Amino acid sequence: MSPKAPLLKRRAPLSQLFQPDPESQRSVSPDALGANISVTIDGMETKVPLGTTILEAAKSIGVGIPTLCYHPDLEVAGLCRICVVEVEGQRTLQAACAYPITAPIKINTYSKAVRIARRHVLDLLLSEHCGDCYACIRNGKCELQSLAEEYGVDKFRFGHPEIPVPVDDSSYSVVRDMNKCIRCRRCIRTCIDVQEVGVLEAVNRSNQVEVSTFLHKPLANVVCINCGQCINRCPTAALYAKPALTPVWKALDDPTKHVVIQTAPSPRAAMGEMFGLEPGTTVTYQMNTALRRMGFDHVFDTNFTADLTIIEEGTELIIRLYKALVQGDTSVALPQFTSCSPGWVKYCEHFYPEYIPNLSSAKSPQQMFGALIKTFYAEKMGVDPANIVSVALMPCSAKKFECNRPEMRDSGYKDVDFGLTTRELGAMFRQAGLDVPTMPKSEFDDPFGTATGSGLIFGASGGVMEAALRTVLELVTGKKLETIYEHGDILPVRGFEGVRYAELTISEVGPVPGLLAHLVPDWEWLKGATLKVAVAHGTANARKVMEDIKLGGQFSECHFIEFMACPGGCLGGGGQPIPTNKEIRAARARAIYGEEKTLDVRKSFENPAVLKVYEEFLTDGPCGHKSHELLHTSYVDRGKFIE
Amino acid sequence: MNSDSMVTTVANELTFASVPPGEGLAKALAMSRVEIIDTVRDSKLKGRGGAGFPTGIKWNFAAAEKHPRKYIICNADEGEPGTFKDRLILTEYADLVLDGMTIGARAMNAALGLIYLRAEYGYLRSRLEEAIHARREAGLLGVDIGGIKGFDFDIMVAMGAGAYVCGEETALIESLEGFRGEPRNRPPFPVVSGFLSRPSVVNNVETLAWVSCIFAKGVDWFKSVGTDLSTGHKLFSVSGDCERPGVYEFPFGITVGELLKEVGGEDAKAVLIGGASGRCVPRSQFERRLAFEDIPTGGSVVVFGPGRDMLAIAHNLLDFFVDESCGQCTPCRLGNGKLLEGVEMLQAGTCTLEYLNDLKALANTMQVAAKCGLGQTSSVAFLSILEHFGDDIHES
Repeated sequence: MSPKAPLLKRRAPLSQLFQPDPESQRSVSPDALGANISVTIDGMETKVPLGTTILEAAKSIGVGIPTLCYHPDLEVAGLCRICVVEVEGQRTLQAACAYPITAPIKINTYSKAVRIARRHVLDLLLSEHCGDCYACIRNGKCELQSLAEEYGVDKFRFGHPEIPVPVDDSSYSVVRDMNKCIRCRRCIRTCIDVQEVGVLEAVNRSNQVEVSTFLHKPLANVVCINCGQCINRCPTAALYAKPALTPVWKALDDPTKHVVIQTAPSPRAAMGEMFGLEPGTTVTYQMNTALRRMGFDHVFDTNFTADLTIIEEGTELIIRLYKALVQGDTSVALPQFTSCSPGWVKYCEHFYPEYIPNLSSAKSPQQMFGALIKTFYAEKMGVDPANIVSVALMPCSAKKFECNRPEMRDSGYKDVDFGLTTRELGAMFRQAGLDVPTMPKSEFDDPFGTATGSGLIFGASGGVMEAALRTVLELVTGKKLETIYEHGDILPVRGFEGVRYAELTISEVGPVPGLLAHLVPDWEWLKGATLKVAVAHGTANARKVMEDIKLGGQFSECHFIEFMACPGGCLGGGGQPIPTNKEIRAARARAIYGEEKTLDVRKSFENPAVLKVYEEFLTDGPCGHKSHELLHTSYVDRGKFIE
Repeated sequence: MNSDSMVTTVANELTFASVPPGEGLAKALAMSRVEIIDTVRDSKLKGRGGAGFPTGIKWNFAAAEKHPRKYIICNADEGEPGTFKDRLILTEYADLVLDGMTIGARAMNAALGLIYLRAEYGYLRSRLEEAIHARREAGLLGVDIGGIKGFDFDIMVAMGAGAYVCGEETALIESLEGFRGEPRNRPPFPVVSGFLSRPSVVNNVETLAWVSCIFAKGVDWFKSVGTDLSTGHKLFSVSGDCERPGVYEFPFGITVGELLKEVGGEDAKAVLIGGASGRCVPRSQFERRLAFEDIPTGGSVVVFGPGRDMLAIAHNLLDFFVDESCGQCTPCRLGNGKLLEGVEMLQAGTCTLEYLNDLKALANTMQVAAKCGLGQTSSVAFLSILEHFGDDIHES
């Protein structure tokens, strides 16, 4: 990777200061690195590695310190001051989240001064926090609310604002409500440091500070990619996904409507968290039962169209490679980029519009599903597509934007009517009194009930790439994938590293399968070829790859790159249960890969239901005329300057 | 504004006028690095910006860092209300400051010096840049300075943008890097991780000028004035209700009363020492000394005559902080506004005793829980006015 890629990132995180600096030796000698320092917290002595923060040290011995601006995914800010503690010998209180232990110290975490200070911080925050807890989307799940309870707030000591400021609900995906904002700036650090999008920043000074956009424009008119990572890290209801509960209930209540829902794999691996289960417990089949009880006419598996996406996107890649390598067509855009993450797509449209030709024209699984439901399915079931309400359960806030894109009406109707987040559907289940974890299990409905493991792993970073490779490698080599990779698991593309690169050599080729026979005469041109692929998750990592491509670096040589807007992939999406952190995302990934192991069919092109769709409906095959009409789309050069 | 109007503010003889530029630097460059730092440490020179951190120790910390690229930054963001002595130094004795920076650079092996010049002093920029240019021509900046092989150093001027908080060294560094001027968490301190996350020393204009004098006139001379813990002379910016406002040089340890006599403000009711973030000293305490061990100060002295309404002064000061808080940490961001509201309630006679006590407790919290010196000191004057001028205040 090129070291020249410009970085938005503000500065080295605290922990890096105590790592050996490649440029020099730091003041901390290498001998001291990893040394343990003795620290006394509330009379208990423990040893911690040099540079450990007071907060981490306290946590390690079970001492709780309240936090608000701190978030494990973010760089330390130390600005809310709720975590202040007393350090012996210091005149002032110290922020536990920001204080690195470099010498033996004694700490008191609940002295009188500390308790008074914390209460004052809460009193002050509440003095600008407009709204009532019981009329709030985060009621019962709000960090400010629970701290107010913990510290015995019984009155608004320094007042309470009565007149709300307007809420910005201009975006299809993300609502910003400054009435609830406590200026902890987690959203800002998420947007700038984690995602490197930089839509949000603190403006003004003193008690006029607010979180705002460029020129205070509505969120819909700035370069927000709708990823919702800010939502997942907001301690209050200052940020939330635009709710679709009301229209979905309305559709369910309306007997003339045929209401169907597709569920994506990531919400299924996280819905349990909404019901108090440990992260990483899947409730896929219990949820099917709950959805039917709630009144959905059919429950489908988004993985079905994930398989379809793989076939369409894989075919598109083969066509691009054939044109470029065999026909010498220099206009072909390579590497091909995945297009199933609507956050990534909008990021590309805003920041790298010159690379729009590289985006696969294949729609995302959600939108392929939408297009098929109001055409193929409506026809098959004899239902008027006008009466179908198509709902999608997604881990994603950007999917709400995606289903509202004007391009997404190829069925003649709005292909997907409503996108629901995991959090919203969880709320609906509770409203309906449905305790999902205790529901009996049931299967998905036909004709879109069969899915493969390839579709399932779309939820994790590297999953789309692995799914695509499984199909492409087997179709090209004619050999069982399991003879190339143990259990057919392509491990080099899995993991949580921000950017991953892999090379796969195609040593032998087989006959062209029937499905693709109309596209290429043989595979001889791929014999001995090395397929170069990469995976990036989180737009900060996407940016690194894109900057490298612009400079003609390693990634410009790739053939296919998977981009996911959210850290961890869809399982870390902006519609997933709050809180989020590395451990939770890893647990969800384990759940997805664990469920995948239980499936018999693990390659998209072996999905019998998908093959049936090609036989009965998309009769001119992958990337054929009909598939182009329904399953492919185009993109918009948005640029960074929006009127 | 022109420089002539400033010169007339000089009210007594300044040591700086008697020290020829270059003399201190020449003597320092004849020493080893260790000797330079030892000299500064022996002089017990403390930072003249107000915080009073021993300069020699600060330099020593930075010298101990092995990073190949270090910085010495001159804090010329003189923003404390009621201080204007750095403006005078930069106008009349800039070379002493530049000498001081060069001595510091030699001591800690800094590669670059930066002068962070307050936005309102923009008219001084070209003057400073001319002085820097002349030094390059004279071989006092550039490569192998003073014939010392490998001693490469240059100085640049960077402009502030008008924020008071950027006088705080870490906020200043943020601003230098192009970000919002907001204080960082400390530790790590700038001497370990400052500008561009590299070791950086931030010194006040006056501190650097005194460094030059210490080398020119000797440590013993410097220590012969002032007190044991506060050595040397200090420049004071005197304004307000007195007959002869201006910039004065006094030895540390002078009492408030003595100073008032010199400036013609004997009938003062109170003196605000240390600017908006300083304390309001009542007449009953005019025997106290201006020194780090008694009343520490960056040199701002605002005299309030007998007719002044102290509550109006508290209002004025808090109004300033409500404007100038960077808005980062909760206690300062919201606390100052609440204190200001409280003063307005006191003025209107609508503040209950209970609420006044709430505000005092809040003010105390701000002093220990705010992130930086601004929030930790913004309520000092408020509390001292409540304490000493209760007669001016009537809670309802």
